[in-house]
Order: sequence, then structure tokens, then C-alpha cells
Amino acid sequence: MKKLLLSSVVIIVGFVFISRLSYLQLFSFSPDQTLEDPAIKAIYDYPERGYVYDRNGELLVGNQPAYDVMVIPREVQPLDTLEFCRLLGIDKEAFISKMKKARTYSPRLPSVLVPQLSKEDYAGLQEKMRHFEGFYIQKRSLRYYATNSAANVLGYISEVNERDLQNNPYYVAGELKGRTGIEKQYEETLRGRKGVKYIQKDRFNRDIGPYKAGKLDTLPQQGKEIRITLDKTLQEYGERLMHGKRGGIVALEPKSGEILAMISGPTYDPALLVGRERSRNYTKLHYDTISKPTWDRSILAEPSPGSPFKTLNALVALQEGVIDPSTKFRCYNGFYVGGTKRGCHCGGGMRDMNSGIYQSCNAYFAGTFRKIYDKYPTTDEGMDVWVKHMKSFGLGGYLGTDLPTGRPGRIPDRAYYDRAYGDNRWASSFIISNSIGQGEVAATPLQLANMTAAIANRGYFFTPHIIKSVGNSGSINPRFTEPRYTTIDRKHFEPVVEGMANVYKYGTARWVQIPGIEIAGKTGTVENFVRINGERMQLTDHSVFVAFAPVENPKIALAVYIENGYYGARYAGHIASLLIEKYVKGEITRKDLEKRMLEKTLEHEYAKPYSGEPFKINEYVW
Amino acid sequence: MSGRGLVKRIDWITVFLYAFLVFIGWINIYSTTLTNPEASIFDFSTLYGKQLFFILLSLGVIVFVLFVETSFFERFASIFYISSLVLLIGLFLFGKTIAGATSWYDLGFFNLQPSELAKVTTALALAKYLSDIQTDIRNRKHQLYAVLIILLPALLILPQPDPGSALIYFSLFFVLFREGFPLYYLGILIIVVVLFATTLMFGTVWIGIGLGTLTVLTFLFKKKSTKIPILPLSIALVVAILFSLSVNFVYENIFEQRHRDRFALWLSLEKDENKLEEIRKTIGYNTYQSEKAIESGGFFGKGFLEGTRTKGDFVPEQHTDYIFSSVGEEWGFMGTTTVIILFSLFFLRLIYVAERQKNDFYRMYGYGVISILLMHYFINIGMVIGLLPTIGVPLPFFSYGGSGLMFFTLLLFIFLKLDSNRLRDGI
Repeated sequence: MKKLLLSSVVIIVGFVFISRLSYLQLFSFSPDQTLEDPAIKAIYDYPERGYVYDRNGELLVGNQPAYDVMVIPREVQPLDTLEFCRLLGIDKEAFISKMKKARTYSPRLPSVLVPQLSKEDYAGLQEKMRHFEGFYIQKRSLRYYATNSAANVLGYISEVNERDLQNNPYYVAGELKGRTGIEKQYEETLRGRKGVKYIQKDRFNRDIGPYKAGKLDTLPQQGKEIRITLDKTLQEYGERLMHGKRGGIVALEPKSGEILAMISGPTYDPALLVGRERSRNYTKLHYDTISKPTWDRSILAEPSPGSPFKTLNALVALQEGVIDPSTKFRCYNGFYVGGTKRGCHCGGGMRDMNSGIYQSCNAYFAGTFRKIYDKYPTTDEGMDVWVKHMKSFGLGGYLGTDLPTGRPGRIPDRAYYDRAYGDNRWASSFIISNSIGQGEVAATPLQLANMTAAIANRGYFFTPHIIKSVGNSGSINPRFTEPRYTTIDRKHFEPVVEGMANVYKYGTARWVQIPGIEIAGKTGTVENFVRINGERMQLTDHSVFVAFAPVENPKIALAVYIENGYYGARYAGHIASLLIEKYVKGEITRKDLEKRMLEKTLEHEYAKPYSGEPFKINEYVW
Repeated sequence: MSGRGLVKRIDWITVFLYAFLVFIGWINIYSTTLTNPEASIFDFSTLYGKQLFFILLSLGVIVFVLFVETSFFERFASIFYISSLVLLIGLFLFGKTIAGATSWYDLGFFNLQPSELAKVTTALALAKYLSDIQTDIRNRKHQLYAVLIILLPALLILPQPDPGSALIYFSLFFVLFREGFPLYYLGILIIVVVLFATTLMFGTVWIGIGLGTLTVLTFLFKKKSTKIPILPLSIALVVAILFSLSVNFVYENIFEQRHRDRFALWLSLEKDENKLEEIRKTIGYNTYQSEKAIESGGFFGKGFLEGTRTKGDFVPEQHTDYIFSSVGEEWGFMGTTTVIILFSLFFLRLIYVAERQKNDFYRMYGYGVISILLMHYFINIGMVIGLLPTIGVPLPFFSYGGSGLMFFTLLLFIFLKLDSNRLRDGI
């Protein structure tokens, strides 16, 4: 015992030491210690963020210098506070509280006193800066917008938050990152890669030379400029037309799937989310829960598509061979489902496909829809076929665009109705509303525009996308250049296109004809409901219009959806026609239409449900 | 005595381990104190250059010790001891103060630290006293004398103040235990330390409850045949609880705030996160930096001369007391375990060598050497890796410092010299 005492002490001590060392060096050790090491400081060299141009090479987004006023509290000498505050454009209380905050953060390290002075403020301040010791100006780069439109498409950038820092080790606190739109989608392209220099520091935070002789240092990689498919002129014009209206517009180039315009109303000036007023503006926009300016209706709103959907039902019926273009249905100013009559405002009488489309006859399409389902022994099978056809047009699912957000819309299938009503507890009368684009079907304006593009191409479409080219190379993701074929044969499209062309010539949109351009379109007037304070109420119908032009060799396909705009031809039809003319001809001949659209607003409609008083819907206003 | 015979009889394993430790130590001092990579390692204006010089001086010490007559150390042990006590007392009059501690004599070219010398002489004196034919370790009076030999220098060193060095002397109790000092003294000592720490951590009430439960359990689970003396046990229980009560009093009223802070940090007594942070930044700063440096070394370390925290001078006193943190950062877990294993082998070898002595004086002195070195190693590394509170004690053979290295060498080689003589006059 006596002899072993000391030996055991030696062994126990060694064991304890090694345990403690393994705890420190094996378990607590973190491999990305270079970032935490106080002896190593990373100094970053930020490349300029890439510019964004439109399809014609017009600048949309660039960069502008901004000037942060920095302070190192310990070095501040007594100063003329009032004069300084006047130059900075802040009041004395704000100055004192900001100084206090900076000092709490660190008396020795620089803090931002006033962020992002404009060039003008900076000019005044610059000359006097030397009187104020402990303050200096740090230049940084901000986004500059060469347009006041397309805010939701372009998106914005903002400082990275805790979550970003955890998810992506690239970012360091204080850096900027694309949040929405193109800035988010093409973040890595636009951002480039920052360069980094590691400096060895001593405990007094003095530089004592490069870390590992600069072996780990990297040079910054420039951000690339990108060209997007938007047409700046068309986009800006569309937003002007949306003045005072809520809704979404998407215009595509059918032969490429390029998005020519993507408009959401109401919108905001993208410059609002840059600079000193950024957070105040953001709060204002973000918390406007009634008009929702940051909610991109062109890709996120999922209303029922309404009558434009009839064209697809016609195509499906032709493909399934259950009708031919001359098949006629009688319209009794409506049609009967079981014992109940559902209305139609086409005027009644015998309808074939052509007049069924251009007069938008509900009875004709209810009959067509029934025929599709009657072909199959059970409703279930009929529905499977119908859903397959519909989905081939990019409906009822995500399109796979290069936009960072989107909605799938809805093509209801068996599973959907089984969930809603119970297995086998529903029948074709439950789903007949889908024949006219009401009921359970839903689609975003982007999906409607894409569907129209597929009709314009007579049977295929390209996945809609916003990227035109990156940097100097013209190549984009190959999935955007692969045509996606619908399940409808090419030959079935002509009768439907003819009907759509006649919508303009004789039909529901004959009042909005544009001289010199042959347009094929389809109006839609969509019943809609809203729940306010727990009370379900019907609002004025949504005005919907899809169109493509010219009928032969189409250059543009678009969908316009105006909330509570009443008849399809009224707002949506007008706006669609003007956009087509603007894009195809470059100038507007129907100045009367243009004037009306630029001036008319629907604010009175939007105010109705919140007025707290009973109101009428679907009023005739002009 | 012939030189050739000496070469054969010296314990080369110990010598190699010693040389290896000194070499690794110097490598780390070089890395820690290097400012200009161009400079020669023999540049005596640099700290590593100076340390190299001290290593050469230590070689001189070794040669000197090996050629001195063996009986010299035994014969003059008492005189050495008394002279070193005189030197320690003299510090009160002529001492030079460095970093707040009056522990040195200024000899012009060299600062002599008598507490280092006294470690050697106390070990010698203790061995001499215990090995005396008239000394009986079972005699209480003789026990007292032995303890006094140990405590006298410690008491003289304490007010310098140099609690670290004073603490080292207590390691010499190991010699007493080896030589038959009742082991239950050690048991009592351990109980006292554990009671002290646990009282601070849990409070007297819980200690009372714990001890009570323990007693009850002992009675419940004892064998029928074993008889437990009830009276002494209850007295012990009462004494323990009284002691526990007195701990609180001592801690609150006799300790100073800086002591309390160290305990608070060590035993995680402070629950207020802000205050703890404050303590960590002040008293715990060295330990914190040293732990971080070691931790950042990982398994393989950052490589020789690549330790960023070592280069940035983040660990205060790194080349002296905190030299082991440099091993941790630059050589990683591989390096630290290697050093721990080397030290352990070194101690085990010394114990083996001590045990093979026939001569009591040799063995007892050997135990003194081991105890002193082991205590340094235990306190120093324990502190550097954050297991023990901050106590300023150098790591033998590693830490920068001429006086330290030379006295450790002296301490060790006197023993090797004695060992080389064991077959000749080991009676």
C-alpha cells in the first residue's frame, strides 16, 4: 500500500489530465475555428453586385454609393452637437441615444451612427467632417433602381439574419443578401464571391502580419450582370394601367416562355426599400394587410380562372372525340343540373363551339363537360382523364419557373373530392362548375398566361422563366428551352383559336378591338366571396382576360386578372388589348381606352366590404 | 571514483526522459517567445536564447553533482537546510520584489530564488532526519519534528507571498507516508478537503443530510458480525458538521474577495451569469485563454510555430507557467498526451529507482524528489487545463526560467548520483 500510493497517484493524475484534454481538444474542438479565433481577423473585399438589365439591354437595377457616418466613441472630442445634428439631419435626442448605443457596443470599435446618407447629404457633410473627431464616413454600395416598377419581380436585398448565418456559412453578420424576386433567385450570380484576407492579430488587436503567409487568402470574384426577360416599357406601362386596381398580369412570349411582364397591383417603388427609410417603408408595406403590395398577385393569387377555362374543356372534349366543332347544345338562358337551373348570359339558342366560345355560353360548356365524363363508365375514370389533360397545361401544380415563389393553383381530382365530401359521396353535378372555370378550379395569372401560350403555340409551351442571360454567355438552364407538350393534338386547336379570335370580332370583347392586330382572347367574369369578420359576402366579380396576338405566329400571350373589375371585357379586356398593342405596335391608337384605364380606379369597390354598410355588387359604372 | 564506472551506473532511462522533456520544453519556449524568425537560436538577447544558456548551465550543474563525493549531500544536509532557512529569513531584509513577491536575491547577473534552493535542502534534511537510526516514525514527537522540517520553510515562504511554492512543500508528506506515517492522516486530509469543497458547493444542510444518510446506510448494510463503535462515529459526525459550519465562516470572513472569486470560478459557485463572466474576464482570464488555446489545437494541433494564439500572445505568462498551453495549441492532443505520458513514465521510473535503494536516506530523498516534481506537474498542468484554481507554479523542465531549471536539475541529479552509488555503500 505504502509503496503503491505514489504510483497510483501518478497514474490517476495522468488519466484525469488526459480525460480533461480529450474533453477540450477532441469534444469541444470545432473545426471552423479560424472564424472564432480572436487571433485571426478576416478582412473581406466585397465585389460589386451584378447589374440587372431587361430583355432589350435597358438597365433595371444598378448600384449607387451610400455613405455611412461612423463613430469610434473613445476618439470623440467635444463638438458642436447642434451643428453636427443639422448636417446629419437628425435631432439631438436621436444623436445622444445613438452615441450611447455605440458606446455600449464598444468604445474602441466603430459603430454606424447614421447609415446610408444620400449623395446630396454627403456633399454637405464631407467638407465639415474634419471638425468632428472620432467620426468618419464609410462608403458602401446600395442598389439603385433605374425603374420605379417591377418591385416584386426584382425583389430586394437586406442584411442577413441569424437564420441565414446558421444555414449558410458564406455569410458574415452585416452582409447583404437577396430576399425576394430576382435578387433572391440569382443571389449567387449577382453577388459574386467576396475576397478574404486573414490577418494575424495579437491580444491588443494589432496586426502582426498575414496569417499563414496569406496562403488561405482569396481574391474577390465579381458578381455577374444578368439580363432578364422583362420588357421594361411593357412592364412600366402595365403598372401605370393598374393604377388604383388590384390584380395580376403576366405576359409571356409563347415561342420561348419568356416572361415579358409580371405585374401585380398595387405595387410600390423598389427604391423605397433602399437607404435610410428602408425599414420604415418596409413596415408600412408589409403590414398593409388589405391591399398587400408585397404580395405578388401575378404568381401568388389563385382565383378561379372563370370562362377562359372553357377553352381547355373544349380542347379536352375534342381530343377525347366526344364532340366535334359543329356539335350543338341548346342554351335555355341557362342549363339544368339535376332539378336546378344554372344561368347563362349568352342570349340563348343553339350553340356550336365557335359561338359557344365567343359568346361564352355556360350551357354549351356544361354539355361538353358532361360528354367528357359520360364517355367513361364512372365519374372517377372520367375525372382521371380530365385531370391528366388539365395538368398537361401546367395547371394544378408548380410550373417550375425560376421565380423564388409561386403557387400551384388547383385542378381538383378524385382525392380532393373524396376528402371534401367523402368517398363516393359526390357526383358529376358537384363538379359541373369546373366546366365554366368556377367551382374548385384555381389558377394563378401566371398559369393562365402559360395556358394561353400553350393554345397560342397550338399544343406546347416552354416553362415560363425570367432569366434571359447571365454575364456574357447566352446560355440558360436547358430546362427552359425544352418544349413541354400538352396532351391535346395540334389539329384540335384551330377551332378553339377561331372561337377565341371571334371573341374580339363578334363576341364578348368586340368593344376593345385594336385596329391592325388580330387578337384571340377569352373573357372571364368570376364570382368571388370574401370572409370579413366571420361573415361570408359576395363581392363584385373579378374581371379576367386571357389573350394572345397575333393569331398567326403569336408574339405575346397574356393573362389579366383584375379583382372586382366585373365583366371580363371591362377592365381585364381593356388592359390586355392596350398591352398587346403597346408590345406589338409600340404605340397606342385607342387613346380613349388608354385614358379610361389610366384614370379609372376600383378603390370604391375595394372600400365596399370594409365600409360596414350593406352594399351592392356588380353595379354598372360607365 | 572513476568516471567510466559512473557512466555505467547512472540510470540512463531517467536521464533520457529528463533530456527529452527539457528539449520539448525548449522547443515550446522557442515557439512562444519567437519574435524574429531570422535570429539565431543562440541569440542571448532572446528568451529562448537565454533558456538555451540555462540548459547549458544545467549541464554544468549535472557535471558538478556527479563528481561530488556522494556522502557530501547526506553529511551536510542539516547545514544546507539551516542555511536555506537563513536565506529565506534574510529575504525579509534584503529581498528583491518581482511582480509583488519578495522572493529573490539580486546577485547582479542572476536572481536567486531561495525557495527553489530550499526545496532541495528540505528534501535532503527530511531524508536525513527520517533515516537517522534514532528516529522512530511511530513516535508522535518524531512525527512532529518531521512535519516541522517540512512546514518551517513553507511558513517562511507564505508571506513573501508565494502560496504556490509554499504549497509544494506539503508534497513532502508523501515521503512520510511512504516511511510509515499513519495513512489515516491522509484519509483525514482528503475528508477535510472534500468537506470543504462540498460545503461550499452544496451548503452545510445538505452535507449534514448526506452524512446522516451515509451513517444510516452503513448500519443498515453492515455485516452482522462487524461491530461499529457508535460513540467515536457519532463524535466524528458531529465534528464533521461543525467543521462544515466553520467552513462557511472562514470562507465568508477570513478569505479575501480574490480568494473567494477563485473558488467561485473553480467550483462554479457563482450562479449569476454576469458576475461569473466578470470573474472569468479578470481572475479567470489566464485560464480561459489557456483553455481556449489548448482547445483550438484539436487532435493534430496547428503545427510548430503556427499557433495563432501563441503568436498573438493571447495567453499571459505563456512561456513560464502556461507553457503547456503552447504544446496544446501547436501539437494538439497528440502533443499533450505525449507530454503527459512522458511525465508519467518519468515519475514511475523514479519511483522504481527509489524503491530499489537499500539505503534509507537514498530512498527517502528519492521520494522527496518525486513528490516535489509531481506536485509541480500536478498543480501546473491542472491549472493550465482549467482543473485547478490559478496557482503560480512552474512546470518542471518546461517553463522558462534559469533558477527553476537549474534547481530542478540539481534536485534530480543529486538523486541520480545517490542511485549510482547504491551498490557500493547501500547497507
